[in-house]
Amino acid sequence: MKLRSTSAAAAAAVVLALTATACGTGSDSGSNGDKINVGIKFDQPGLGLKTPDGKYAGFDVDVARYVAKELGFAEDKINFKQAPSAERENLIKNGDVKFVVASYSINDKRKKEVDFAGPYFLAHQDLLVRADDSSITKVEDLNAKKLCSVTGSTSAQNVKDKLAPKADLQQLGGYSECLTGLENKAVDALTTDDSILAGYASQKEHAGKFKLAGLRMSDEKYGIGVKKGDDELRGKINKALEKMVTDGTWEKLVKEHFGPSGYKYEPAPKVEN
Amino acid sequence: MSSVLYDTPGPRAKRRNVIYTVVFLAVLGLVAWWVLSAMAEKNQLAADKWTPFVTDSRVWTTYLLPGLMETLKAAALSILIALPLGALLGIGRLSDHRWVRVPAGTVVEFFRAIPVLLLMMFAAALYREFTTISSDFRPLYAVVTGLVLYNASVIAEVVRAGVLSLPRGQGDAAEALGMRKSQTMLYVLLPQAVTVMLPALVSQLVVIVKDTALGGAMLGFAELLSQNRQITANYGANTIATFTVIALIYIVINALLTHLAGRLERRMRRGKKSTSVTIPAQGAVTDVETMTVRGS
Amino acid sequence: MFDFLDSGQYDLLGAFWVTAKLALYSAIGSLIWGTALVGMRVSPVPMMRAFGTAYVNLVRNTPLTVVLVACSFVLNQTLRITLGGGRSEEIGFRLAVLGLVLYTGTFVCEALRSGINTVPPGQAEAARALGLSFTQVLTLVVFPQAFRAVVTPLANVLIALTKNTTVASAISAAEAALLMKEMVENEADALFAVFAVFAFGFILLTLPTGLFLGWAAKRLAVKR
Repeated sequence: MKLRSTSAAAAAAVVLALTATACGTGSDSGSNGDKINVGIKFDQPGLGLKTPDGKYAGFDVDVARYVAKELGFAEDKINFKQAPSAERENLIKNGDVKFVVASYSINDKRKKEVDFAGPYFLAHQDLLVRADDSSITKVEDLNAKKLCSVTGSTSAQNVKDKLAPKADLQQLGGYSECLTGLENKAVDALTTDDSILAGYASQKEHAGKFKLAGLRMSDEKYGIGVKKGDDELRGKINKALEKMVTDGTWEKLVKEHFGPSGYKYEPAPKVEN
Repeated sequence: MSSVLYDTPGPRAKRRNVIYTVVFLAVLGLVAWWVLSAMAEKNQLAADKWTPFVTDSRVWTTYLLPGLMETLKAAALSILIALPLGALLGIGRLSDHRWVRVPAGTVVEFFRAIPVLLLMMFAAALYREFTTISSDFRPLYAVVTGLVLYNASVIAEVVRAGVLSLPRGQGDAAEALGMRKSQTMLYVLLPQAVTVMLPALVSQLVVIVKDTALGGAMLGFAELLSQNRQITANYGANTIATFTVIALIYIVINALLTHLAGRLERRMRRGKKSTSVTIPAQGAVTDVETMTVRGS
Repeated sequence: MFDFLDSGQYDLLGAFWVTAKLALYSAIGSLIWGTALVGMRVSPVPMMRAFGTAYVNLVRNTPLTVVLVACSFVLNQTLRITLGGGRSEEIGFRLAVLGLVLYTGTFVCEALRSGINTVPPGQAEAARALGLSFTQVLTLVVFPQAFRAVVTPLANVLIALTKNTTVASAISAAEAALLMKEMVENEADALFAVFAVFAFGFILLTLPTGLFLGWAAKRLAVKR
């Protein structure tokens, strides 16, 4: 009899636990009630970062806030969700978020699955090297160097396929892992978009240790991802982005987030309709 | 301290032991000194990389503790679902009917032969392609699915061994009383087997807790290990400090679970002696011990 | 359905070859390291016993993922130990072997220790009565019997090790699981086929080990 009651208790616990988790999976389409879900990065200083006090900071985050405000959602009505690179299309397609502002470059492959508003920023693939290292001046120099990037990132693949096929590419789980290696000379360069690199270089813990090589190996137009075919939302976001540039907010935000690193950012790109 | 392997040390052996101790300590000290000085040279011992874990409580409340909760949630869900499933499979393998025994055996052997990481990645891809589970929960579901499939088949073997370790007389006696096969299993064999299995099951929890880290490294599951990315992004790439703290948390939790398993096992052995229940404790316990090794 | 196999885009055999090499080297290494550890754990020198016990309890309770990632970071990224240099794939492979040995050694140690306990005390006592030293008792009398008693648990440790090589994908060793991760993302239409191929590969790797060692366990068992 004792067994029966224990197994019944266990079964009840399982059911409880399952329903408890299932509650959260209810079908919300990006904006449940009066709140709006927005996808951002949680681990990129300067662009989208979850800070120790549980808040969010960065250029992408502030752009998201501005756009949400223009759409009629005050700051406390925004619900930020983590949008890791590999998950961005899925988040949008499943309706988990209304839009994604997460260093999201516009390209043809992605355009097949989602629509983009913007662009709101023009970045380039670049290299981060140690401040005292001047041995990399052009892309071909990479062929004899150890290069680090994040597993599965397109910038790593670019280098490997086109720019410097002989480079020794090491793929790690995150950028801070690469930074540790770069600082200790286990790798010679870290490659990804210059906006992301600038964010790391300008952290106070890294002041003076790293610099951007300034190679501009590609053009990355950052857009805001929305559901395919949602032209109404896309139009509204585009209007908001245009307004952001004309009323000077764009300039202010860019200065605030990228200024300290000495990163030479491009002027605001023209919104494409 | 003496053991069956060596005599109680006499004066000469004692002297030799002292020399060995000194040499061994010297080697350990040298390695430690080399590692620490190399780390100091690379600035990894700098105070600002380590102090956040002591002075800034937000590291814990924003990153580590929520991550730990996810880890424990995944582990608890996995064991709760895997237990009944594993018990069913284990009993199924003991069935007299071929059509139950063979499929149950095939399922158990299949999922035991495949790395749990492969199961997790497959589950994650399945949920991504064919379901609408929100991305907040997809990694959790994938991790739990992988862990359940693997651990249910391990538990099935534990249950089977537990039941088989009982003396034949138990089943015979139940049959003599006119109990049906299901009654024999449910009221006579399983309750006794469960007590034999308990330590092995708790040790399996350690395996589960450790395997949740795979979800963090490979599937974007926001558990304890994956927090290192956000912590190091905020505190200046203090990767080594962060990993040390995270590893210590795992070690403490798993040491507690291992300790619990050991206590259960000792209590069981004692209980057997005092009430003189008919199970030959030693044989059963060594069986269970060898089984706990496998789940590495 | 299986046409992704012919595309030549994925080096399936190469990936499984890396997995097999990882498993083989790590198996040899962890048998050696595990034997050394158990020697320390039962040795007459208290300091070695303490170290053996502490090491086993610490490492066994750490997730393998953490052990491997720590090898990559602390040893390679920070201390710049490359175990012989070369390109990062080779370094990653060697670091993965090292991590797997450090981790699996503890399980080998525990299996051997349970094996030592199965050797009747009379054996060791008789050896000591003959005047054999601790090392002689261990290597000539106890270990040969203990090894034969633990073939089955050791086989399980080695099978677990073969499966654990997949964790090396966390530090980008180019083995099977890393390839599968890439393939489930690129070949989402053939998801089941991809999984079937990899599952089959691992069954091929673990099944013969299990069968052979099961047979060996029966042959070598000490008749008492």
